[in-house]
Amino acid sequence: MAKEQKLHKQHKKLSNGITYAVLVLICAVWLLPFFMLIVQSFRGYEVEYGGMVNYLFPKTPTLESYKFLFSPECKFGKWYLNTFIIAFFVAIGQTCMVLGTSYVLSRMRFKGRELLMRFWLVLGMFPGFLTMICLYFILKEMNLTQAGAVPGLILLGVASSAMGYYVCKGYFDTLPKALDEAARIDGATRAQIFIQMIIPMSKPIIIYTMLIAFMAPWCDYVMASYVAFGLDDAYNVAVGLQNWIWTNDYQGYFTRFCAGGVVVAVPVTILFMCLQKYYVEGVTGGAVKG
Amino acid sequence: MKDTGKNTKTNFFAKAGQAIGKFFQWLRGDLKEIGTTFVEGDWKTKVSFLIMGFGNFARKQFVRGIAFLATEILFILYMVKVGFKYLPDLGTLGTVESGYDENFLYVYGDNSFFILLFSILSIFAILGFILVWRINVKNNRQTELLLKQGKKIPTNRQDLASLFDKHFDKTLLALPMVGIGVFVVLPIVFMICIAFTNYDYSHLSPGKLFTWVGFENFRNLVSVGEGGFGTTFVTVLLWTLVWAFFATFLNYFLGMGVAILINKKGIKFKKVWRTILIMTIAIPQIVSLLYVGKLFAADGLVNLTLMKYHLISAPLPFWTNEHWARVMIILINIWIGIPYAMLMTTGLLMNIPEELYESARIDGANPFQMFRHITLPYMLFVTGPYLLTNYIANLNNFNVIYLLSQGSPRGMKLAGGAGYTDLLITWLYKMTVNNSDYKMAAVIGIMVFAVTAIISLVVYSILPSVKDEEGFQ
Repeated sequence: MAKEQKLHKQHKKLSNGITYAVLVLICAVWLLPFFMLIVQSFRGYEVEYGGMVNYLFPKTPTLESYKFLFSPECKFGKWYLNTFIIAFFVAIGQTCMVLGTSYVLSRMRFKGRELLMRFWLVLGMFPGFLTMICLYFILKEMNLTQAGAVPGLILLGVASSAMGYYVCKGYFDTLPKALDEAARIDGATRAQIFIQMIIPMSKPIIIYTMLIAFMAPWCDYVMASYVAFGLDDAYNVAVGLQNWIWTNDYQGYFTRFCAGGVVVAVPVTILFMCLQKYYVEGVTGGAVKG
Repeated sequence: MKDTGKNTKTNFFAKAGQAIGKFFQWLRGDLKEIGTTFVEGDWKTKVSFLIMGFGNFARKQFVRGIAFLATEILFILYMVKVGFKYLPDLGTLGTVESGYDENFLYVYGDNSFFILLFSILSIFAILGFILVWRINVKNNRQTELLLKQGKKIPTNRQDLASLFDKHFDKTLLALPMVGIGVFVVLPIVFMICIAFTNYDYSHLSPGKLFTWVGFENFRNLVSVGEGGFGTTFVTVLLWTLVWAFFATFLNYFLGMGVAILINKKGIKFKKVWRTILIMTIAIPQIVSLLYVGKLFAADGLVNLTLMKYHLISAPLPFWTNEHWARVMIILINIWIGIPYAMLMTTGLLMNIPEELYESARIDGANPFQMFRHITLPYMLFVTGPYLLTNYIANLNNFNVIYLLSQGSPRGMKLAGGAGYTDLLITWLYKMTVNNSDYKMAAVIGIMVFAVTAIISLVVYSILPSVKDEEGFQ
């Protein structure tokens, strides 16, 4: 009996050991590219070579690539500011739209509610890029392309955002309706219930919605490049970085891309990690309800 | 089984017939009501048929009156300034081509693009106006009846207050509806129309005109001969479906595997493992995917390093061989997708009651059997809808494909600039941006919609968790 128990213990130790090994390996594989990105960003164009080379660690580490990003000859700072402005206003606008829509769809019953939800579901099945050319001309008519690309992209980001109400409505559905009814008996209006009761209870979902909305514009290449249409003052970081790595002289810009990538990724990642609790709640909560 | 199929079919047609019948019944009733309103109404109501909101003004309901009247004035202004300029040309999409006149001055002719766009907008405006007009008529009738019964009609203050109480839905939904109408519905209707025109690089407005061609583009899509899109379409569609299958299920099962490893009893630092993986979600894909894509390029670090140590003599064709590129994309997508899948499944795995495993263990089940008979059925049941939405998201996964390979390698045999790793969505993008082949891009977009809709409908009808919401609880 004792022997069997010992065997069992040994077996368990072994299997735990294997699990640890696998986990360490997985984490290493997942982190390696980011580690490499950071290491390569310390290679400089003038000191060493700015293109792609057959070794990883720079021979003479330097901050030159970072200095270039914020030097007057480079518009990276401008792009960064553009992206931040877009992300900031999209986050606020989108959250307002989503919260309002979710409240209405969750709490109020009106004629055509089901129809509206089904209609939006069907609309969502059309691929977003289908309408690119049309959106471009609509924005152009409003003078919101090229020089006006930043407000144009904010408008695009906010305008249709109500269709993404699912997660937020799912959250509102879990808040007890009895609270609403009690407040109504006390004479509160719908608007008062929404602003004074539901919103204070919805901190997790508000943070989740804002976080998702804030992070998306950093990756938006397609619409941003289309709306900016070659005017490099109106680029966002995604368009700028993409052009660096795809232009023919990316040999010189490769390490600058790495440095730019780090400058973009670090703040976004830190923000995300601070709020990851809410992200996890939102993602997993939304998934189960489907 | 056959019988049920037939039944649902007849049911469907019967239902459609009923719906149409109901619509006409409703229409008849509605028209009749409008008639009664006019016949029985006093002069205030009668004038309101022509000047919207007149009755409201006459009855001192200024808030409603202003709303109705403003709608009418805006509508008339729009139609006079824009609508009537474009709407008559909808049938031809313009007849006067831009060009030089006898004095060699460049004169702009009709702009097919704007004719189509503003015609659609005008049709929307007309439909919207009819709706508001109908509400106006109904409103007059209701108010009149209230007055006849000697009851009080809502005051201006009450009307305004109701926008924050009883009609709060209208206040909150107004902005989203306008936004979605202008930036989603209008463009989609416009692009569906484009699929039936010859709008492409040789018919670019404002210089050239384009016009209606019926189903010509759809015929082109399925024609397999010279210049036809048929073969390319099938190739791209199949790859899209295969890609989405791997991207969804491979990531799902591997992610679940990682989650099981982390959840395993006796494993320490659970939070650390999870946090490391979640961190990779945070890093913008534009950085991570572009970097990894370059890593495997012909002159990327991987190839150069292998060549430095003479392990290979020529660069490995990661992005230039169609099979290599497809496998690479699926592999790199695992790297992107596992953290999401892990995150999604971790909590759910912990929800499975421990007693189930305990009793299975007593019955002598091995870990694989337990996974097969306890974990998997539960997980598939709970995450069914997630898998469906994820599959559809992967059908349209633009970022992974475009940032890694841009759809390359390009196929000599493929039409429309398509490459072997192109999905329908990246192909659509290329046709819009690189080829200016808007008509075919619109057709492909409609096809993407069709594929998405069919898959959603079929899966939803067989998903157990949709049929039986109470199961497993």
